[in-house]
Amino acid sequence: MAQTPVTIQFRSAGYSVGSTVILSGITLEVCEGDTIVLLGESGCGKTTTLKLINRLIEPTEGEVLVEGRATTAWNVIELRRRIGYVLQEAGLMPHFSVAENIGVVPKLLDWDEGRRADRILEMMELVGLAPARFADRFPHELSGGQRQRVGVARALAADPEIILLDEPFGALDAITRTRLQKEFAQLVRTLGKTAVFVTHDLREAMLLGTKIALMERGKIVLIGTPDEFRRSDLPLAKQYLETIAFG
Amino acid sequence: MNLFQFLQENWLELLTLTREHVLLVLVSTGAAVVIGVPLGVLLTRSKALRAPVLGFANIMQTVPSLALFGLLIPIPFIGGIGARTAIIALALYALLPVIRNTVTGILGIDPTLREAATAMGMTGWQRLRMVELPLAMPVILTGIRVAVVISVGVATVAAAVGAGGLGTYIFRGLRQNDNNLLLAGAIASAVLALLGDVALGQIGKTYEIGARRSVSRKLVGLAFAGALIAIVLSILLPGVGSGIGDRGQDKVIVGSKDFTESIILAEILAQVLEQKGITVERRFELGGNIPHDSLLSGQIDVYPEYTGTAYTVILNHPPLTDPKAVYDQTKAEYAEKFRLGLSPPIGFANDFAILVRGQVARENRLKTISDAVPLAKNWQAGFGQDFMSRADGYPGFAKAYEFNFVKQPREMDLSLTYRALQTGELDIIAGNSTDGLISSLDLFQLEDDRHYFPPYQAVFVGRSDKLGVLSDAFRRLNNAISTEEMRRLNYEVDGKKRTPRDVAAEWVRLN
Repeated sequence: MAQTPVTIQFRSAGYSVGSTVILSGITLEVCEGDTIVLLGESGCGKTTTLKLINRLIEPTEGEVLVEGRATTAWNVIELRRRIGYVLQEAGLMPHFSVAENIGVVPKLLDWDEGRRADRILEMMELVGLAPARFADRFPHELSGGQRQRVGVARALAADPEIILLDEPFGALDAITRTRLQKEFAQLVRTLGKTAVFVTHDLREAMLLGTKIALMERGKIVLIGTPDEFRRSDLPLAKQYLETIAFG
Repeated sequence: MNLFQFLQENWLELLTLTREHVLLVLVSTGAAVVIGVPLGVLLTRSKALRAPVLGFANIMQTVPSLALFGLLIPIPFIGGIGARTAIIALALYALLPVIRNTVTGILGIDPTLREAATAMGMTGWQRLRMVELPLAMPVILTGIRVAVVISVGVATVAAAVGAGGLGTYIFRGLRQNDNNLLLAGAIASAVLALLGDVALGQIGKTYEIGARRSVSRKLVGLAFAGALIAIVLSILLPGVGSGIGDRGQDKVIVGSKDFTESIILAEILAQVLEQKGITVERRFELGGNIPHDSLLSGQIDVYPEYTGTAYTVILNHPPLTDPKAVYDQTKAEYAEKFRLGLSPPIGFANDFAILVRGQVARENRLKTISDAVPLAKNWQAGFGQDFMSRADGYPGFAKAYEFNFVKQPREMDLSLTYRALQTGELDIIAGNSTDGLISSLDLFQLEDDRHYFPPYQAVFVGRSDKLGVLSDAFRRLNNAISTEEMRRLNYEVDGKKRTPRDVAAEWVRLN
């Protein structure tokens, strides 16, 4: 079996602010096309782990490699433009229309206007927003679910290899959340993107992840496929499994 | 004359003053924006700089405007009289709201948005241009609005340093006790402030989130283009960008102090010079010692002065009573110390005049100041600020005549003391001997029998290098105006509300 290339690699990466250790000894490989879910309670360091990938922060220990090169060796602007990023509450620019929000990274990459417009249309269709209805709206004129669709479209617009998602569906109501989760799982599989997904919801992790990394107090305590997770003896994993036992 | 008639007759001048006022405000606020917004952005990046810079801007705002104008005048290159000084002072005032609102606006942006912008791969500059500035714009525009309203108000004070604007009417109105002038100046500047506020409010609306961009961009573009044109115009227009343009050798800049007599004398000199084909620029109504400072710095070439003032106030000598000695010594020291020349005396002297009501003088057969001393015990005296403070003013005067007022003399605006004397609220005042109101209000001037007051002979003071051009006019005006004649000319302006230009033209025609 041919080895799948490793897209993101953490080598004993740690991050501290002063004497406070936030992350330590993170070792993790994300292969091309994988969706890794970072699962854990708030404050366990999963968002910090995510930010190490697009160098919103730099590791104070060890290193993080993207496509075989340490993040600190990348031109940071170039690195970030190759990585899609979806935030909780979408993080859309309130003064940009939907089309402008989606077209931001292509614009930063100096795509010409025609190519940009085509891409915006394509992205809107992809995330299920009718361009005629939504292109000129502003974020405050959208529902939470629609905003999150725009957030995903924006992250995918420049066709990045990697996409990072920080609890993108956390603030949505249950029905909308489930629908978006299913659509997103489908989307990632079709597009074959490498994704790192942060959540505290095991159901979401099971649905979306090819692998789940369980985090506790700044460390990864378990890595495995959803099946391996289910069979784990780790007390924390068992606690998580209980949350969906009757689901 | 009511306000309506006044406006009908003076709308052209009012329009010119309004234009000057608008330019002062536009150029200074424009400068404050050009400096303040980048500075504000810088402060959002550097915490260490924030406190000192905002502190400085805060202090600038608390300096009283007249004091700031006064402090700027002697500073080389940026100071002096005219629009330049005013614009610098106004810009300093406008700086605080612009900087502060830029800082507040940018720091107030949701940090998630800043992080999202960074994560999408924006450079610092792109983030500033595409995200931070547009989102902070409503707050920044509010700051600019505040700056404009402050500037419109403070710019009225700019008239004191010869920068023109609507303050010219306000100062003139205060001096001449003329409500029409006061109202015209005050209402016009209030209207300007309101218009500026509303206009910027409209621009601000186009920056609200969700506003249609095409319209807003056009509007803001227009506003910027307008401001730019105004700035360019202000530099090109003569008189407004003062001191920037070059000056021909035979051009003379005539200045004046900020009271009627000085303006009339300056206007007469200007018209006599113009008759001889000399180009004249007028910089009238300069307050305090500004005319002297301006003469020294070359911003004016000549202005009317009084020997007594030159001798005691500028040369700092103790008062002297012999007119000839005062004139000769002043002339010699001016030439030596300042390289300034004195014209021969114009003829009249504008001495301090101790005035009482004509009726009181007649009833008590008062002739001299000494006659009044026994009666004055229970009188209410009232004097202008100038008389109360200067070396040859009240303290020495009361001592020389052994005046012993039971009631503390009132210190008030000089022009108001005349009316107060007439109506009986005051019993004795110190006016100017050439004031037209003396005869029109039936006031009586007591003779200075102890020769306390130094003589205030009227002369022109000019720069040495201009004396050649000025000498003909100086000779023609030597002994040309008597005290009675000056009193009449003053009354034509203050009493009959004619313009100094008209009154001067009439005098030049007839003499």
